[in-house]
Amino acid sequence: MKKILKNEGVQAFVASVICILLGLLIGYIVLLFINPSGAGESITNVIKNFFTWSRPQSQMKQLGNTLAKTMPLILCSLSILFSYKVGLFNIGCAGQYVAGACASLYAGLAWGWGWLPCMIFAIVAGALLGGITGLLKAYCNVNEVISGIMLNWIALYTSNTLLTNVKETASPYTLYLDKTNPNAILPTLGLDKLFNNNSNVTIAIPLTILMAVIVWIILSKTKLGYELKATGNNKNAAKYAGMAQNRNIIMTLAISGALAGLGASLLYQTGYMRWECTQSSVPAMGFNGIAAAFLGGLHPIGAIFSSFFIQHITDGGQYVNTNFYSSQISDVISSVIIYLCSFVLFIKLTMKKMLAKSDEKKGAK
Amino acid sequence: MLHITKRFPGIIANDDITLQLRHGEIHALLGENGAGKSTLMSVLFGLYQAEEGTIKKDGKEVKINNPNDANDLGIGMVHQHFKLVECFTVLDNIIMGVEPVGAMGFLQKKQAREKVIALSEKYGLQVDPDAKIEDITVGMQQRTEILKMLYRDNEILIFDEPTAVLTPQEIEELMKIMKNLAAEGKSILFISHKLAEIMAVADRCSVLRKGKYIGTVETKNTTMEELSAMMVGRNVNFHVEKGPANPGEVVLEVQHMTVASKVHNNNAVKDVSFKVRRGEIVCIAGIDGNGQSELVYGITGLEPLVSGSILLDGQDITKSSIRKRSTSGMSHIPEDRHKHGLVLDYPLDYNMVLQTYFKPNFTSKIGFLRKKNIREYANRLIEEYDVRSGQGAVTPARAMSGGNQQKAIIAREIDKAPEVLVAVQPTRGLDVGAIESVHKNLVAQRDAGKAVLLISLELDEVMDVPDRILVMYEGEIVGELDPKKTTQEELGLYMAGAKRDEVKNK
Repeated sequence: MKKILKNEGVQAFVASVICILLGLLIGYIVLLFINPSGAGESITNVIKNFFTWSRPQSQMKQLGNTLAKTMPLILCSLSILFSYKVGLFNIGCAGQYVAGACASLYAGLAWGWGWLPCMIFAIVAGALLGGITGLLKAYCNVNEVISGIMLNWIALYTSNTLLTNVKETASPYTLYLDKTNPNAILPTLGLDKLFNNNSNVTIAIPLTILMAVIVWIILSKTKLGYELKATGNNKNAAKYAGMAQNRNIIMTLAISGALAGLGASLLYQTGYMRWECTQSSVPAMGFNGIAAAFLGGLHPIGAIFSSFFIQHITDGGQYVNTNFYSSQISDVISSVIIYLCSFVLFIKLTMKKMLAKSDEKKGAK
Repeated sequence: MLHITKRFPGIIANDDITLQLRHGEIHALLGENGAGKSTLMSVLFGLYQAEEGTIKKDGKEVKINNPNDANDLGIGMVHQHFKLVECFTVLDNIIMGVEPVGAMGFLQKKQAREKVIALSEKYGLQVDPDAKIEDITVGMQQRTEILKMLYRDNEILIFDEPTAVLTPQEIEELMKIMKNLAAEGKSILFISHKLAEIMAVADRCSVLRKGKYIGTVETKNTTMEELSAMMVGRNVNFHVEKGPANPGEVVLEVQHMTVASKVHNNNAVKDVSFKVRRGEIVCIAGIDGNGQSELVYGITGLEPLVSGSILLDGQDITKSSIRKRSTSGMSHIPEDRHKHGLVLDYPLDYNMVLQTYFKPNFTSKIGFLRKKNIREYANRLIEEYDVRSGQGAVTPARAMSGGNQQKAIIAREIDKAPEVLVAVQPTRGLDVGAIESVHKNLVAQRDAGKAVLLISLELDEVMDVPDRILVMYEGEIVGELDPKKTTQEELGLYMAGAKRDEVKNK
């Protein structure tokens, strides 16, 4: 038993589960405080998400929607953990996501590009924005968190301005991509059939999982990963070993940005979401990526499951009984859980300490 | 401390060790790297709990679960790497944790300052209470640490290799301070592997070897040879065995090199020129902080030159990248192994290939690491250079003792088969056994026709190892000496700047 618990991977998993349970418990307590009578039902609905629907067909359809939104979240958390391993905290992920959304929508709506060029354009846009943060960090020593936050806002308002050119006249939303330019919609590869003809389920799923595997391979098996992690752990030693530090920083943030940009394209090019040109806050996807990355134990494969869970309860939030609670409560509950998710490292550390203590006791006997 | 046993995964760090400290004595604790000295002290200081054994103070058994308990019992420690807040003043650092607080939570620094000044006068510890830690010398920082213990009225003072970071003058001063403290009734535990220092200040000396207690001796009844034999289990040769040098062609040539300083506006290295030939060891001697570090940074490419040029095997490498210099045949054992030499969170095998990971043997054509080759290579180096660690090649570098970390770096840099080996204080923090093997390695490099540039602060090393000595003072080379003909006194005069020659550009 103890031997199993000492395995790093198992520890990360157990810590994540503990975080989730704590989050649910605290969420439940919050509901109890506001209105005890609906709390039990509401928290179960949050956990059940699409299972709250009685017909299996509807369940599959809703699951499909959750999956469609999970893919960009996975990519955002990959973006975060990739740079985190190199010692950079890419909070600019949110802005790179925005840049990707803007690029794919604009190319699709204004220029009528096909889905692949749109997607590549989104990747390039994200990479460029990430690259700017990298350039500032490498050559001007600007902290990547500061420049990242600034660029998030720049990206948001630039996108609002640009996408106003392709919005509906009567609403603040961009035109329907599937009606304006069906070519820009991602191919479904028949996956939609599995989810009760939900056309939001697309090539995004296999593509995202492939990206997670690629990120994992790069970090753990390649020379590039060796260099990047060395730079992250000890940049002086990396310099001493003749690694190209500045190039590594810029490349890391560009790759991070590319992942976030791809994530945005995979959501907006399903036609599921439209851009609201008057929004005044950066979409939460990039920030949720931080929680997903940590909940997944900073492992690319872990990120797949943690992202699904976070998206699952975020979507589950809409099934909270509004007779008892105001509709914003869903956000409160999911944020409480997501917030608790970032305690993974702390829980892991506590577990390690407890294990070491009990070892010592055993040794004393 | 009676019958202390402490185990770590794969290793028994302390095996049934008994140590008795008397009032007012200076008790040295001697042992090789990884012999368990630091572990034993950590047990005493409450950082680790021993699995077996008891700790008694004044005859009463005590439990020390954390450093606060230790502090309550009057046990204080000066760590090898100081625990000071760089941007705070000396006074702030001393009172940190036991701040005198008046009504409303305001700090009452006045009485603290008076106590600190009184203490520093009593024990001859000169510090400026208002200077910031980042602005003062290492010696002063250490005095601050000592004052920290005295301010807390500690009775038992632990010094963990206190002289490793000090200049010869500062060491002498520290010795005086320690004797003062003992005369005032404080008990001192002094961890070291410098035999001369132990003989000079300690009353008694306990020796550990590979986690086991070997014995305790009175220093006045013993000799350095006896102590070192106890420590390593065999007789150690203090003198480096080497034949005459056969210098060949010039490998490394430095011409009119000037390097800027990071600390002040002046240049740290001023118009320095010298040559290192095949088959010779050239040593740059000098007191710490006279531009040696910057000289090495300039040669190895960590810092750009202001002016001048560097030739390696006749090729101008002045503007070459660090990687280019490394692949052209320059190896560098860095001064600070934690800052430059190792990626502490990487396992040992990854650290062993830090300079060569990109070679075809370790990276395939499409950029994948050949982990099996890396592991095999690391295992070979571990074997050949006797690098000891808990779990072999997969041990995180962070979990290794300082001496073994150093051995790993030396193994990596020498095995690269360099044309010129730049070794900066390669024996810093090593025990006599390990020092002997490092010196042998340097001489073997020389005898294999390589050029060795040694930078050292240790007078014994400077006199013993090289074939030529260049003395650096305030960024300039002020003398060239032949170690066979000169004396430590003459060397000292050059190092202190009291004597200088016009050095020919040789």
